Amino acid sequence: MLKDDKLIKAYGDTYNDGKIQLSFTLPIQKGVEAEEAARIYCSKLGLKDIEVVHMKDLREGFTFFVVYAVADVLVNTDKINVAKIEAEEMSYYEINDYIKDKIERNLTVVGACTGSDAHTVGLDAILNMKGYDGEYGLERYPQFNTYNMGSQVPNEKLIEKAVQENADAILISQVVTQKNIHVKNLTEFVEILEAEGLRDEFILVLGGPRISHELALELGFDAGFGTGTKPNQVASYISQKVYEKFENNN
Amino acid sequence: MALKLDLDQQLIDSCREYTSEIADEIGKKISKNTTTSVERTVLRLLGVDGVDQHGIPLPNVIVEKVKEAGELEKGISYWFGNALLETDLSVQSLAEEISKDNVDLLNIPRRDQKEVYNYIYNLAKEKAAGIKENVEKRNELMGKYPPGPQPWLYVIVATGNIYEDVKQAKSAARQGADIVAVIRSTAQSLLDYVPYGPTTEGFGGTYATQANFKIMRDALDEVSKEEGHYVQLVNYCSGLAMPEIAAMGAIERLDMMLNDAMYGILFRDINMKRTFVDQYFSRMINAYAGVIINTGEDNYLTTADAVEEAHTVLASQFINEELGLRTGLKKEQLGLGHAFEINPDIEDSFLMEIAQAQLVRQVFPDAPLKYMPPTKYMDGDIFKGHLMDGMFNVASIMTDQSIQLLGMLTEAIHTPFLQDRALSIENAKHVFNSARALSHEITFKADGKIQKRADQVLEETAEILKEISDKGLMKSLSEGIFGDIKRPMSGGKGSDGVVKKSSEYFNPFIDVFKEELKIDAEGR
Repeated sequence: MLKDDKLIKAYGDTYNDGKIQLSFTLPIQKGVEAEEAARIYCSKLGLKDIEVVHMKDLREGFTFFVVYAVADVLVNTDKINVAKIEAEEMSYYEINDYIKDKIERNLTVVGACTGSDAHTVGLDAILNMKGYDGEYGLERYPQFNTYNMGSQVPNEKLIEKAVQENADAILISQVVTQKNIHVKNLTEFVEILEAEGLRDEFILVLGGPRISHELALELGFDAGFGTGTKPNQVASYISQKVYEKFENNN
Repeated sequence: MALKLDLDQQLIDSCREYTSEIADEIGKKISKNTTTSVERTVLRLLGVDGVDQHGIPLPNVIVEKVKEAGELEKGISYWFGNALLETDLSVQSLAEEISKDNVDLLNIPRRDQKEVYNYIYNLAKEKAAGIKENVEKRNELMGKYPPGPQPWLYVIVATGNIYEDVKQAKSAARQGADIVAVIRSTAQSLLDYVPYGPTTEGFGGTYATQANFKIMRDALDEVSKEEGHYVQLVNYCSGLAMPEIAAMGAIERLDMMLNDAMYGILFRDINMKRTFVDQYFSRMINAYAGVIINTGEDNYLTTADAVEEAHTVLASQFINEELGLRTGLKKEQLGLGHAFEINPDIEDSFLMEIAQAQLVRQVFPDAPLKYMPPTKYMDGDIFKGHLMDGMFNVASIMTDQSIQLLGMLTEAIHTPFLQDRALSIENAKHVFNSARALSHEITFKADGKIQKRADQVLEETAEILKEISDKGLMKSLSEGIFGDIKRPMSGGKGSDGVVKKSSEYFNPFIDVFKEELKIDAEGR
């Protein structure tokens, strides 16, 4: 096949050979039948040239497989449409200067892990002084007033605090997403804000390992940040968004 | 065990002196107060179980009635014991009659304090003997089906459904896991009661209930027998119902309990007094039930930096050790926790991990140390993650750790799949087997990086313990000494459950356990 930059498929060691690897478990006793079951399963996924390279007995009637196969489908890169956070990434110093020069006041951020979620790792990485991966957290920014409310904060409490502090942005971190528990809670959060006529008062930022920008938009938030996000990325977004709001109002 | 790091023994001794002063201060607070959860635990240990028509656990119903009447300061033992004598009902029938308002504990003739005490003390002794039988049963099973060599492989199941948990636990046990922990549903720690019955709906974990404990115990006993290898069961003795969980675990023969003296304060914002009183009684139960406790120092490093705050981990281990010993726990029951959480991108980070692990090993030679895997720098790259877990396993076998909580390559992605657990077990078995005697071959260079790092951490630990002993532990916690987390002394959840004891107060189980565990008046 000729090289076509727009139509792509997986790359193993030759352009568009479509080679992929996958691993999964089937509830079947290890043996030749199991291997065949894995092959049939992969072929029903539309895969070709299926090689079951490894099988392991996980006991209790389960077998683990490692498979290499060819996925013979194409993606047209010209037709990709994805929601992206429209903000230029700035450094700690640039952000502080930006706020000082353009907005001329401190920004206030209130953050929490809401509902039953007790995992503050992500929230702390963004907000705590120390930050994450060499990037200072928002508490360290002289131009930010930061309130980290910690874990298991009820939606109402978070909103109350945001109103009280006259916050520019509310940050919610959600780690536990098993059985979509987070969706209900986050939806409820936005619904309360809307019911109280407060939705447009705040920039709503969602974060967590399983959060995408797209999901955040779907849930009525302004932006979503996933795994590996650094504090300055969130701070860049908030400061630019506040400035944008400020411009629109003038 | 040959000593590999040359540590300053005087410094270690002075750490223990500071910790002893710290424990004295906490001990005074503990002896003055009881809590609603401690009183509910007394009822559970006496044999009260079940829920009322609204689904509220009977221990809660009964303790609340006495508390509302303002009479809990005498202890539930008096009121319940008095009613047992007056009504001649069985423990469970009496509990049910109270919940239906057929018996009013406060409006029946009140017998003499001594008479009630003697009666309930004997009943407590009888119930304690039942727990002792569980200890004997465990010893028998462990003799018959010996667990593997340490480090023991510790895995977690967390499906939310106890029956699904059973499948995953059995699979892991048959692959060689030595220890299975059932993670609790998120937020259970903030429930001021223990849910009832078998449960199939939990988030991020499965509710700790007595029925769930029993279902999992039975399943693991079956596997232990079939595989000839005793599989230990763990749950979480923390949160607002901490001592009740200890009682349930003692009754259902759990082998280990997460049970930290300060975790609830720091990470769940539970009131300090409440936590210290609750941990005291829960640890006493665990001590008596032969349970190995696991402390939670690993958590500090998820909020604070593992390089800069390493000494707070060691300082907290000293405190957990001292508070633990004062409840009758033996050194062999103190599974002090720490973690492999240094940023892997730092040059020689692995050397620092080894320094910490070896330091802890030598400071607490008898403790079944609980070593926690990398989580903070696991970012979804499962291949790198699997390698980091391998490095973690190497550090463990090099430094003679005891309980290895296996890292999952899918950490930060989802609760472990069946295959994730299998890969982790394979990883650990491979490393441990191929380097089994490595620790016996190693000594560390006298002026090397590892020795220097260990010296530095120990010195900083002594400094911070001195500071805490001067200031007091509660004040230090309020200033954010551990995990960069500040908690106000009088704030936090569950403070309304703290009750000042009257001079007539008694808890027969504390007396029975103290006698049997040979704890003297000073708590040693």
